[in-house]
Amino acid sequence: MTDLSTIRSRRETRDRWLLLTPALVILTLAAMGPLLIVVIYSFLTPGDYGGVEWQFSWTSWFNVVAERDFFTEELKLADAHLTVLWRSVKLSLLTVILSFLVGFPTAYFIATRPAHKRDMWMLLIMIPFWTNLLIRTFAIMQLIRNHGTINMILLGLGIVDEPVQMLYTEFSLLVGMTYVYLPLMILPVYASMERLDFNLVEAGYDLYATRFQVLRRVIFPLVKPGVVAGSILVFVPCLGAYVTPRVLGGGKQLMLGNLIDLQFGQLRNWPLGAALSLTLLAVVMVALVFYVRAIGREGESDV
Amino acid sequence: MSKGFDVRRQTGFNTIALTCFVLLYLPIILLVAYSFNAGDSIAIWEGFSWRWYVSAWENEQVQEATLRSVILACSSSLVATSAAVLAALATTRTKPWRGQTLVFAMVNQPLMVPEIVTAVALLIVFAAVKQATGYTGLLYLVLAHSAFCIPFAYMPVRARLQGMDLDLERAAADLYGSPVQVFRRITLPQLWPGILAGAMLAFVISLDDVVITEFVKSAGQDTLPTYMLGQIRRVITPEINAISTALLAISILMVITFFFLNRTRK
Repeated sequence: MTDLSTIRSRRETRDRWLLLTPALVILTLAAMGPLLIVVIYSFLTPGDYGGVEWQFSWTSWFNVVAERDFFTEELKLADAHLTVLWRSVKLSLLTVILSFLVGFPTAYFIATRPAHKRDMWMLLIMIPFWTNLLIRTFAIMQLIRNHGTINMILLGLGIVDEPVQMLYTEFSLLVGMTYVYLPLMILPVYASMERLDFNLVEAGYDLYATRFQVLRRVIFPLVKPGVVAGSILVFVPCLGAYVTPRVLGGGKQLMLGNLIDLQFGQLRNWPLGAALSLTLLAVVMVALVFYVRAIGREGESDV
Repeated sequence: MSKGFDVRRQTGFNTIALTCFVLLYLPIILLVAYSFNAGDSIAIWEGFSWRWYVSAWENEQVQEATLRSVILACSSSLVATSAAVLAALATTRTKPWRGQTLVFAMVNQPLMVPEIVTAVALLIVFAAVKQATGYTGLLYLVLAHSAFCIPFAYMPVRARLQGMDLDLERAAADLYGSPVQVFRRITLPQLWPGILAGAMLAFVISLDDVVITEFVKSAGQDTLPTYMLGQIRRVITPEINAISTALLAISILMVITFFFLNRTRK
């Protein structure tokens, strides 16, 4: 009897791994494996014409934040990298805040619609999200270009005499990233809001709370896990953004993704590019750990 | 409490929400509108015309990129969906097993790792392989796309499987159905909507990809999105809008179909 069941479970295990083989092979070849090679590359010496020399070196990791002066061998902070790092973090945080300010009321609006209509409203939010990121970025670019729609209107109305420079500024990145990643805020916030018990809201009003007090003391604490989840979901792709800053920043407002690109392109420093990629990956992983925790907490409050 | 006091109302929220919906669609609508512009500008309207669609259609680079995009999206979604269905069958409706966390981490890895990181990782590996073998064909892109499409194909299939009960399959097995028969006659027919949804999602994800394609492609291997990205340095004509509109139409159609495929389940 026990023999039979061990045979069966052994066969089950074998079948399981057999079924998993194609997916795992593909993912090892084109996702996990290459990532491990990036780790190795980050400890090598850059080659003269791109690529690497197979010589161990800490230099690239060191160069992420500091650099040695070419002539005096003096240590100093790598200003260029730190500027880009700081811009990436700053713009990602600002995007999170802006997405929250727009996304929270929108999620609330959808959650307070009649139950059978909510799916449709959410579909309206998700349709743009599933369309091409590049195209949505183009759409924003065409609006804010010097000869774009907004400037044409402003000029036409005589509000300004010459086009307002919006493209290639940090402002354009902020607007663009909020536009493309907003649904990532709305989705989890809406998910927690949909389960909001409005009896609690009513109780708040019965106790003479104002609308803002109810919002701040009753609604917000109840949907906070959703807000945390949404903030991280927006923060992560912003930090690693490549297309949006390339199109809307035009090479002037580099973000981390573009800096990595530069190391593999014009600057030909693959090990530094690898070290920068892993830095980005590390920050993202930390953020995702917090995300999992936020989701977990929401699960608990369900019970 | 006074009559007509709406506990759900929050001052200004409706305005913000409706503005949000308008702002979400306005840029896209303008982009689409200017694809029909008779003039050369993407900001000044000069009347309706199909000319940019005609010019995009006749542009050889666009033709080539479109063909490549479609071949790539079809083959990667086929590969990714097949692998994902097998993986979902192996990992759903079973007791916890050893290695479960590792497998889930691997399957979902493309969703967690920033695209630019995967892109440079693939650049490093494929550059070495290209140099060693001399092969510079489309297979690198197929492999790369298949990998990041797997989680998108996996999710709907897994969700569908979780919603299916094992009773029908048990009954079929009791009636001496062989495992292959049970799978073909019982499991697969119930699973179809999930598979279809997964394949469509994978197709759209592959069709839209810019970053990984940009780093993996060999010279002259543009897909539609990388072709468009290359055009931003030049003077932009509504031709780009016309291509964008066509791509948008495909994605939106697929997403809406996906939405209804997933909904009928409830």
